[in-house]
Amino acid sequence: MTETVTSGGPPDQNPAESTTPGLAPETFAPAQAPSPEQPSEEVEFVQLLTPEGERVEHPDYSFDLDDDAIKGFYRDMVMVRRIDTEATALQRQGELGIWASLLGQEAAQIGSGRALNERDMVFPTYREHGVAWCQGVDPLNLLGLFRGVDQGAWDPRDNNFHLYTIVIGAQTLHATGYAMGQQRDGVIGDPENGEATIAYFGDGASSQGDVNEAFIYASVFNAPVVFFCQNNQWAISEPIDRQTRIPLYQRAAGFGFPGVRVDGNDVLATYAVTQAALRRAREGSGPTLVEAYTYRMGAHTTSDDPTKYRLTEELEHWKLKDPIERVKAYLIRTGASDNDFFDSVEQEADGIAANLRQGCLSMPDPELTEMFDRVYVEQTPQLVQQKQEFAAYAASFSVGAEGSH
Amino acid sequence: MTKISLGKGINLGLRRAMENDPKVLVMGEDIGKLGGVFRVTDGLQKDFGEDRVIDTPLAESGIVGTAVGLALRGYRPVCEIQFDGFVFPAYDQIINQVAKMHFRSMGKLRMPIVIRIPFGGGIGAVEHHSESPEALFAHVAGLKVVSCGDPVDAYWMIQQAIASDDPVIFFEPKRRYHEKAELDETAETAPAPLHQAAVRREGTDATLFCYGPMVKTCLQAAEAALEDGHSLEVVDLRTISPLDLPTIFASVKKTRRAVVVHEAPLSLGPAAELAARVTEECFYHLEAPVLRVAGFDTPYPPSRVEEEYLPDLDRVLDGVDKVMGY
Repeated sequence: MTETVTSGGPPDQNPAESTTPGLAPETFAPAQAPSPEQPSEEVEFVQLLTPEGERVEHPDYSFDLDDDAIKGFYRDMVMVRRIDTEATALQRQGELGIWASLLGQEAAQIGSGRALNERDMVFPTYREHGVAWCQGVDPLNLLGLFRGVDQGAWDPRDNNFHLYTIVIGAQTLHATGYAMGQQRDGVIGDPENGEATIAYFGDGASSQGDVNEAFIYASVFNAPVVFFCQNNQWAISEPIDRQTRIPLYQRAAGFGFPGVRVDGNDVLATYAVTQAALRRAREGSGPTLVEAYTYRMGAHTTSDDPTKYRLTEELEHWKLKDPIERVKAYLIRTGASDNDFFDSVEQEADGIAANLRQGCLSMPDPELTEMFDRVYVEQTPQLVQQKQEFAAYAASFSVGAEGSH
Repeated sequence: MTKISLGKGINLGLRRAMENDPKVLVMGEDIGKLGGVFRVTDGLQKDFGEDRVIDTPLAESGIVGTAVGLALRGYRPVCEIQFDGFVFPAYDQIINQVAKMHFRSMGKLRMPIVIRIPFGGGIGAVEHHSESPEALFAHVAGLKVVSCGDPVDAYWMIQQAIASDDPVIFFEPKRRYHEKAELDETAETAPAPLHQAAVRREGTDATLFCYGPMVKTCLQAAEAALEDGHSLEVVDLRTISPLDLPTIFASVKKTRRAVVVHEAPLSLGPAAELAARVTEECFYHLEAPVLRVAGFDTPYPPSRVEEEYLPDLDRVLDGVDKVMGY
């Protein structure tokens, strides 16, 4: 894979730093970073499908699947957006405690998720509902964490999709360690049939120590890991210029591996770039940082209120780059799909959403007594005693219990 | 029988665990060619290679965080944290990730990780090299916390910790690394389970509870107490979490007095938990409140005064005098 570095050069020097020595600057205002609203004018990225639905070529990356595959991507993105919409509605109706929406990031997640082979391993944040979909995780299982009935009900080994990780960036080290295990297992060396690991994280996480340590470990051990950063421009209320003064993908060079920025709202480009990075990892050439340039169209979570910190016109600007609409435009423009296809996808999505709602409402609450048995593989006598005491206490409330409260 | 040091005991235990299970990895800073700053991993990289004895970048969260991934892949990583005071960059990985993974995966995932930490003072070191942070780990659900007090335990307990499917924080008494004892390397099984306390000396008047570096101190105190006419029992706890309560209760019910000794600061330390448990279970057997002899609630002091900070023979005997005075 060719390293793609197409930056417009170093950022302007911070005026505060150029103050004459000995004279304190009046303010410590941050440097004027490139505006997030106009990314393509500032820094080029890999794009294969324009917001208007036109196919374009890139010298280093090509999309080599047919229109049926693109229709598949379209279906995937519609499904996960519908799942996301339903989950947000469930939260608003009090059925989920909170929900972290992926709205706007469908292409970044489906493009990268569909580039995985069946042996690759995924370490997600808590927003990778689209990647979970690609890995075959039952969408209902994603809701458990947010409904408060479990902390991850799927078996990561069945889906090669690890549990959601809440503490920002911690999973990038897990991914790197897992990839070091793949190295030791001798499953590296074949770009198609080898194994790789992909770590998801966001622009906010790029400031975390763990993410930077993961870059260092992956680099010095040449671990087969792809660092997939969805730069959605916002870490709750903090814009990207509070995390970095250079485009994030350029950081990779300092760690000693290639970085590439892709249009994260272009599912074809995201697929092509991620696939190239995965092949590179599987063949033993080491890590890659993929920065998927996208936009969080919703709130950080349902508890957040983005009107307090960003302008509506920014959202309107990004709506024109919608990841699903551009694929639909392409499919209509080329005649690859007719209305029957789009209608059937909508119907399928509604069915999935109805099932999801039904499943969510019928999720049983967990039993606290079960919790005592999951702390250790080898239970401690202290926990056995606590469980017995709690069970006896709880039973004392039941009707007919002797000496009940 | 071979005469070995405590450090050598861990070294031999690591070696045996690596021979018995190809999934066991050792990882940390300077543990390869150098053999660790205390030489505990001496010679392991030469014999097991760089893929199994991994010199890591100098980043503790990275050590533990990548160990999580390796464990998820089926390996059994043994992480070395170079000094007690250096563990805190890895604290999030240990507390939020290692400790909780089994629980949050509803029992599906396991974290067979050992985190070795040389701990405690008495070696004249600069700051952050002499701390006793065991309570900070023992308070966390999902972790098990142990400490060896002699070379034979060092040899066996490290192997048992590695064999454990639960994560184990393994505290090594660094000032006892050079203590020596006879080890029977031909023995096939450990003398005791990992989470069982050991009565190191029988006595009738009071029990000294201790672990790690304080085991030797308490044994010396018990010997000296004979001159005062006191017969002291010494119990090496070995396991701080979970505590071996049956052994503790049996000793207290026999001697009716207890003094708990550790280097860690007094307040909210392991001794407090032990005292509470004894009060709950042995209330009518006690002749005196459970007393504690511990480090003070200050940061670890400059080394020129550490001998006054650390519980020593005289402070332990002072505690014994108090508990006998009731």
